[in-house]
Amino acid sequence: MRELIKMVVVLTVLAALSGGLLASLKEGTAAQIENQQLKFVKGPAIKTILEGASNDPIVDRFKIKDGDIERSFFVGKFDGKANRVAFESIGKGFAGELGFMVGVNIDDDKIVGASVTTHKETPGLGAMAKDDPSFVAQFKGFSLIEPIKVTNDGGQVNAISGATITSRAVCAAATDAGKIYQRLKPQLAEKLKEFNK
Amino acid sequence: MAKTIAQEFTKGLWKEIPPFRLVLGLCPVLGVTTTMENGIGMGLATTFVLICSNILISALRKIIPPKVRIACFIIIIATFVIVVELVMQAYAYPLFLTLGLFIPLIVVNCIVLGRAEAFASRNGIVRSIADGLGMGIGFTLSLAALGGIREVLGTGSFYLYGHGGLVFGPSFEPFTFVIQAPGAFVCLGLMLCIMNLFE
Repeated sequence: MRELIKMVVVLTVLAALSGGLLASLKEGTAAQIENQQLKFVKGPAIKTILEGASNDPIVDRFKIKDGDIERSFFVGKFDGKANRVAFESIGKGFAGELGFMVGVNIDDDKIVGASVTTHKETPGLGAMAKDDPSFVAQFKGFSLIEPIKVTNDGGQVNAISGATITSRAVCAAATDAGKIYQRLKPQLAEKLKEFNK
Repeated sequence: MAKTIAQEFTKGLWKEIPPFRLVLGLCPVLGVTTTMENGIGMGLATTFVLICSNILISALRKIIPPKVRIACFIIIIATFVIVVELVMQAYAYPLFLTLGLFIPLIVVNCIVLGRAEAFASRNGIVRSIADGLGMGIGFTLSLAALGGIREVLGTGSFYLYGHGGLVFGPSFEPFTFVIQAPGAFVCLGLMLCIMNLFE
């Protein structure tokens, strides 16, 4: 009996200490990790999406509260007018979450560029969504306020061969981005006016 | 026969060098050694986990009940692995991008659990540190060597922290076989073969 109690106590204490340590470490590094992702993954993606902008979209960013989450928006100025924003939505990929960064022109609701950011897809198959720029290039010119689907599901996006789930996940993320965009458009327009001053 | 602390340290460098002599932890060895830089990164991450878990397990060896020791070891090891993962993500993000998949696998790396079970749970803290450090450095050196060989032969170029370039000149046709998983086995076997020559 004493042995049993000792086993339970030791395991519980160890697990609790470990959990406490990791939770505080996760909280402590969260901001730094976000910075690093911004610098190494999202940064280059935003730069390609808003290529030719006269400002630095990474500096000119703002956050809007969307329900419980805060979303970051990156502003691109073209011809002296801040009318393009890039933001990220999440799709459920083959292996975990898949980040999808999309840039939209707020005047005509059309996609100006897109990119896959963070993902855990299979190298050579699903990872092509990020590694092969021609896949996300298809999204350019689509209207963001309409659902986006792969050709098999009746849409216009050609799926990556061998990576149907990933291709669908990217389309779902794009459609979701459209919903976010419609939901927040009034606030977005409001915020963008500040950048036009 | 009692060994001195120095012997505990040096045995990991040659006599019991992990991937070659103990043939443990082959999964990350084969997976990440496509370049020397990846090998070093993975080696250092494993070394850190190895030393920390050895210290803690050695310190707690009288408290941990024998029947649940493996579960306790795994909690301790897993904790340090996640610490490495978070810190690497926060301060060495490009390295995390290449090693990302393999970092969580350090938990099940046989070297770490093997040293915990075979050494740290039976020896004092100082000896356990020496053992962990020796094994870790041995593992890092092996990974770096294997990574270097595969990088040079498999891609024809060599880069270390931003420096380097083509090794054999532009006309060299790289052995892409070496960079793939079977090539890793072949390289590992050949290196073991050469090591045996010096026995």
